[in-house]
Amino acid sequence: MRLAVRSKIAALPLRASGMRVALAAVFGGLISVAALALNFPTLTGRVVDDAGILDQPTRTALTQKLADLEAKTTDQLVVATLRSLQGTSIEDFGYQLGRYWKIGQQGKNNGVVLIVVPSERKVRIEVGYGLEGTLTDAVTKLIIENSILPRFRANDYPGGIARGVDDIIQVLTGDAEEWQRRAVRPASRQTDPFQWLFFAIFYGVIAWIILSSIGFPLIYSLLVALGIVKKRPRKGFWNWANSSSSGSSWGSSGWSSGSGSSWGSSDGGGFSGGGGSFGGGGSSGSW
Amino acid sequence: MFPSAEKIIRLARLPLAAALLGLLVSGCGVNNIPSYEEQAKAKWSDVLNQYQRRAELIPNLVETVKGYAAQERQVLEAVTNARARATSIQIPADVLTDPEAFKRFQEAQAQLTGALGRLLAVSERYPDLKSNQNFLALQSQLEGTENRIAVARRDYIEAVRVYNTELRTFPGVVWASTLYRNAKPMQTFTVAEDVTRPPQVRF
Repeated sequence: MRLAVRSKIAALPLRASGMRVALAAVFGGLISVAALALNFPTLTGRVVDDAGILDQPTRTALTQKLADLEAKTTDQLVVATLRSLQGTSIEDFGYQLGRYWKIGQQGKNNGVVLIVVPSERKVRIEVGYGLEGTLTDAVTKLIIENSILPRFRANDYPGGIARGVDDIIQVLTGDAEEWQRRAVRPASRQTDPFQWLFFAIFYGVIAWIILSSIGFPLIYSLLVALGIVKKRPRKGFWNWANSSSSGSSWGSSGWSSGSGSSWGSSDGGGFSGGGGSFGGGGSSGSW
Repeated sequence: MFPSAEKIIRLARLPLAAALLGLLVSGCGVNNIPSYEEQAKAKWSDVLNQYQRRAELIPNLVETVKGYAAQERQVLEAVTNARARATSIQIPADVLTDPEAFKRFQEAQAQLTGALGRLLAVSERYPDLKSNQNFLALQSQLEGTENRIAVARRDYIEAVRVYNTELRTFPGVVWASTLYRNAKPMQTFTVAEDVTRPPQVRF
């Protein structure tokens, strides 16, 4: 596409070379912006069959296997079939999809996405940062070459995907000690809610001090000076200040709303990514 | 009568001023420049890590290819030399803000990328080599590393974009010209090389 634009521009007379440069810049910019904005399918479950190559029983069976894997090791494995790569490479699409879906637990980054694009005959196992040591590039390459591709070449998509998933699960659960150790390791962001609570209280108190010591007396003395309100005994002020001390609650509610992060809600019917990230690990193949 | 407003204000003026100033300042992004800078530096060390990893894979790869295709001496030597250059290059501490040093680093790595691409292309001609398990493993690791380099570079480019933008836009520009006088814009990879994909090998 980019080439086509280039050649059209090159066909313009040489005189307008300044114009050519400007046009090239504009078109190049437009195209690269379009290439950056990828459309990712919604994460509807552990098996996202956007290309429509899996039947219902296969999907159910796969989903069950993947849920079992997460229950056992906390590793999140997701199968995604895509309609197209939207003009980019599967490596580029893969890590961005993994990051977008946040597959894997936060802090552990133990997510894996098996991506199949039948229209472009491409497959990839995208491995999160935390599993690059277990599911190495060489291992994923072997799984793709030996288990997945032979079945895909025979047009058996469900078989290839199921076999690939089995192999990945076998690698991930292969070393019992290793996965037990991993399951025990606590997520590093455990303290977050407390931090937010601390900040909420801290800023709430400051806001309350400022408002009650400057704001209220100032308004009060202004009102007194203007003769709108009569001077009251001390008790009266504190009652009044307390009754309108809702000023302190905006501080806390404003801050605590930031703590609504969604990690931890990764099991059950509504599946969602745990907050893991990807750095381009894994390997690809085509058939 | 409760203590007059002026009295309260006089008593509480100093701590209040401090608290207010703290609130204002932390809300105005005074911390943004240093924290974005640290983020960009962390991304940069990711990039260095991945390049390092690639350099470590190469001797093994060269040895394996030699076993099957010793006659491709030229290509093998090009890879070895490019690796030697890329690993021996002195990376000064201020490489990120020094355009010349950054360019040198980038060029050395680009040469190695090119030489490796040729080596992998040449090895296509040797069926025995291609079916060697050791070679397959090395090749997949190399492909994976090239891909990780691409991801790390893009993450670094994005982190630098955020940092450089903060230096030049309000309110960051205020802090950059007062508190952080020595904060310089960072260098970033040129787009042309970022687009290069890892060598694709068909089986």
